[in-house]
Amino acid sequence: MNIKEVTADTILKEAQAMKIEKYRLIQICATKVEEGNIELLYTFGDRNDEAHFRFVTDGKTPIPSISHLYWPAFLYENEIHDLYGIHVDNMVLDYRGGLYRTAEKAPMVKE
Amino acid sequence: MATRSVVPFGPQHPVLPEPIHIDLVLEDEKVIEAIPSIGFIHRGLEKLVEKKDFQEMVYVAERICGICSFGHGYGYVDAIEHIMSIEVPERAKYLRMILFELSRLHSHLLWLGLLADAFGFESLFMDTWRIREGILDMFEESTGGRVIFSINKVGGVRRDIPDEMLKRFVKKLDEIESEVGVAARAFLEDSAVKTRLCGIGKLTAREAEELGCCGPMLRASGIRRDTRKLGYLAYDDIDFDIIASDVGDSYARTEVRLGEIFQSIDIIRQAVSKLPGGETEAPVKGFPDGEYMTRIEQPRGEACYYVKANGKKFIQRMRVRTPTFANIPALTKILQGCDMADVPIMVVTIDPCISCTER
Repeated sequence: MNIKEVTADTILKEAQAMKIEKYRLIQICATKVEEGNIELLYTFGDRNDEAHFRFVTDGKTPIPSISHLYWPAFLYENEIHDLYGIHVDNMVLDYRGGLYRTAEKAPMVKE
Repeated sequence: MATRSVVPFGPQHPVLPEPIHIDLVLEDEKVIEAIPSIGFIHRGLEKLVEKKDFQEMVYVAERICGICSFGHGYGYVDAIEHIMSIEVPERAKYLRMILFELSRLHSHLLWLGLLADAFGFESLFMDTWRIREGILDMFEESTGGRVIFSINKVGGVRRDIPDEMLKRFVKKLDEIESEVGVAARAFLEDSAVKTRLCGIGKLTAREAEELGCCGPMLRASGIRRDTRKLGYLAYDDIDFDIIASDVGDSYARTEVRLGEIFQSIDIIRQAVSKLPGGETEAPVKGFPDGEYMTRIEQPRGEACYYVKANGKKFIQRMRVRTPTFANIPALTKILQGCDMADVPIMVVTIDPCISCTER
């Protein structure tokens, strides 16, 4: 897997470049890593080609939404908010924690 | 002036085998906006990587859903096999492909039944599910299970399927093919059925692409994309075309799925005729260390399986992006401007699998 390491500040620029190249959004995935950090992996695709971008966030700092570039991203971003507790800024459709009905908040980061 | 109101659709509704909720904003009988929400059956299965080792997680992956069970198990083990550089024997690849196509058959037949039930053709619903029973019998005979097969394991398949049994299955599939042919005439030629499907829930190719659709939903809108063409398992050895339609309505989605039933039968025939002999599993040594993302074509469309491991018994992350998750944004689009009476048909035509979606 070839993954390009980016930052929360540059992910929008990368997503925009993908959009210009006519890549589609395949998925966004969050993974709990060491010291309470969360890794975010964005995957774009064009036919057989895949492009992966990754950055690490502390879970408390809001991250930018790419949903104004890729509209379906709102679903992934709401999922990340509900399961990992990461606030995503400027989602085109913000469920405010109501996409998943979980018994406790951010269950995927619980020990 | 039209009266505006909000009507909740689901989570419990006669056409929904699983719960999804949609807030429908109506102006008289027309849907102006649809806002879906899920989360009624979220089970946190992905978090179980913390408690189940990488071999046991196959069972968890298979239990994500009862319809796409085989594909989930396969997607997970394929990612692990890539990370561990395991060369799966050719026979195991073919057996997995045969079982995968049988899964597609039973899933599409199940969907056809649900569709017939949604537009009120009860005998057609019962007929398609009767045909589907024949596929489930094959699963039971070859794997021991009708819903969860537990035949996939890291390195190959847990048991071999004798050549004689597979040849018998091909004969049985000949009968199923002619039975589906009769049912297909009702789905595609009956004037009352066409009234309920033609021109309903139209999605253009551009919209389907921009909304991130996949599977029959995408192909019915004219985009010829099928993840099987990436050539995983033994699909490279099989001669098949991508089935698509340029119309993009509910009828086109039915047509594509019916076409895929006949195509799956043909793929199984080709696979059985080319089935190599030999081992069905490769040895597995050590623990996975690395990360990989597998993309496969589930009956409902492209599914992604991301696995990250750090050389320990327990992997760090298993993430499944299911086809229904990718098709939900398109559902909101096709519902805009439709009649309230057509909402159930349109929800059914994306073939929603909510267990998969919520995991």
